[in-house]
Amino acid sequence: MDQELKREIIMENYLHPYNKEKVSDDKYINVNSNNESCIDNIDLQVLIDDDKIVDIRFMGEACAISTASTSIMIKELIGKTTEEALKMIENFENMVEEEEYDKELLAEALVFDDIFKQKSRKTCATLPYVGIKKALNEYRNEKNGNC
Amino acid sequence: MHREDFLMLNKDIIYFDNAATSLKPKCVVDKICEYYNEYSANAHRGDYDISYKVDLEYENTRDLVKDFINAKNKQEIVFTSGATESLNLVVNGFFGPLIEPDDEILITKSEHASNVLPWFRLAKKTKAKIKYINLDSAYEVTLENVQKAITPKTKIIALAQVTNVIGDIRPIKQICKLAHDHNIFVVVDGAQSVAHMPVDVQNMDCDFFTFSAHKCLGPTGVGVLYGKLELLEQLEPTNLGGGMNESFEDEEQVMLKSLPLRLEAGTPNIEGVIGFGEAIKYLEKIGMDNIASYEKSLKEFLIDKLSKISFIDIINIKAKSGIVTFNVDNIFSQDVAYYLNKYNVCVRAGSHCAKMLKNETGIKNTCRISLYFYNTKEEIDKLVELLEDKEKIIKEMF
Repeated sequence: MDQELKREIIMENYLHPYNKEKVSDDKYINVNSNNESCIDNIDLQVLIDDDKIVDIRFMGEACAISTASTSIMIKELIGKTTEEALKMIENFENMVEEEEYDKELLAEALVFDDIFKQKSRKTCATLPYVGIKKALNEYRNEKNGNC
Repeated sequence: MHREDFLMLNKDIIYFDNAATSLKPKCVVDKICEYYNEYSANAHRGDYDISYKVDLEYENTRDLVKDFINAKNKQEIVFTSGATESLNLVVNGFFGPLIEPDDEILITKSEHASNVLPWFRLAKKTKAKIKYINLDSAYEVTLENVQKAITPKTKIIALAQVTNVIGDIRPIKQICKLAHDHNIFVVVDGAQSVAHMPVDVQNMDCDFFTFSAHKCLGPTGVGVLYGKLELLEQLEPTNLGGGMNESFEDEEQVMLKSLPLRLEAGTPNIEGVIGFGEAIKYLEKIGMDNIASYEKSLKEFLIDKLSKISFIDIINIKAKSGIVTFNVDNIFSQDVAYYLNKYNVCVRAGSHCAKMLKNETGIKNTCRISLYFYNTKEEIDKLVELLEDKEKIIKEMF
């Protein structure tokens, strides 16, 4: 992806983030994700039904990279099964950590494929992924608890 | 001023994060090396020449600190690891045994975490109460608001002399007078003041005063607790061990040393204390009045320029210290700091450890510029040039 296009996608998602609004619905799982090393702080709300991610919302204060990364992640994950989501998350983390990953699974999130060059911003890009993993864990624990 | 003394300034950086820590002049670094290379031994052992030399240098810093803040007596100067430890020591060692349920501790919402969290825990443990002095419309403390906050139950007023986000200089002398008229103790956090203006603890008449060496050209890991002698005498050491005891036989027979060593258990940060002595000598050579007036002129220059940029909101425009806190409209503070970093301009973004301040200002995160005497108008011009161009900020913020 060329740099200009990446920039455009990041800016678009920063200025007009997808689903940046809270819902009051207790079916959603609520998690917080914050970077201890900086000041990004987001709340995620995740609705999972029968192992499928139906909706994700977010709120909070975060930098351009964190906000754009959250917006893009939400768009990519809605509609996926929890297993597909975990695979995408793992691939994203591998990309940021400069390990092998499958480009096909990341789609628009590929805009962060060279974020590793800015060490201080790696945690900004992965912030929403830390949060969504918490939510997926919570879902799994609840499900197992219910069985 | 005196930029040639700071090797860090050869690195082509513009350093505007002096409220976090100051740069160190070469003489301070050299002094630390001198200790390790020429008389590296423990303190307070005095049995051989180099150890005796350590004692002389270490205690010389105590004398220098005493004069620097105009304490009456060198026993009133206790070395700690920093302002944080000094505050914790006062809170736990002095007020811990003294405070009673329903006593009130007055602080403000603009205090640094170090002057908040130790009080929170003390209050929770003892069922004392934390109360807040209202800030005025510029988020500053007025004598009138202190007066209003005082009740018959107020036992302690704990305030920064200069706060690290708003940068207001509090009228500590008048507050002490008012407090003492009501038999209230005053604890002053001097972390942001002592490096930037003349401080006279006797004139101020505060009961305790705390600060860190690293914000005033000294090494990290050293701090000072000043306390009035009769109060320090009552402060129970929170650390016990070597160097602070006179003798011990069993749990009933423990004799502690006199002040200030009683409060300095264990091998101290010798290199740090000795290096700090050099920093004080250096500061005094320039003169604290000169530093204060130079910083004031820089600050006015910065405010004048920054306030002309329509999309910049200065949060503490009235504050008198060298701290300027601002936001660029619709741009997250960290993105602004990141952008400035691309041009080697070091500023801080965030809540700056004053996490309750957002309840007053309605703003959670800000960018902070904090000046010192080695900053220049040319550096400010460069900063302003970078901030004037919003398109450029947006284009280059990641």
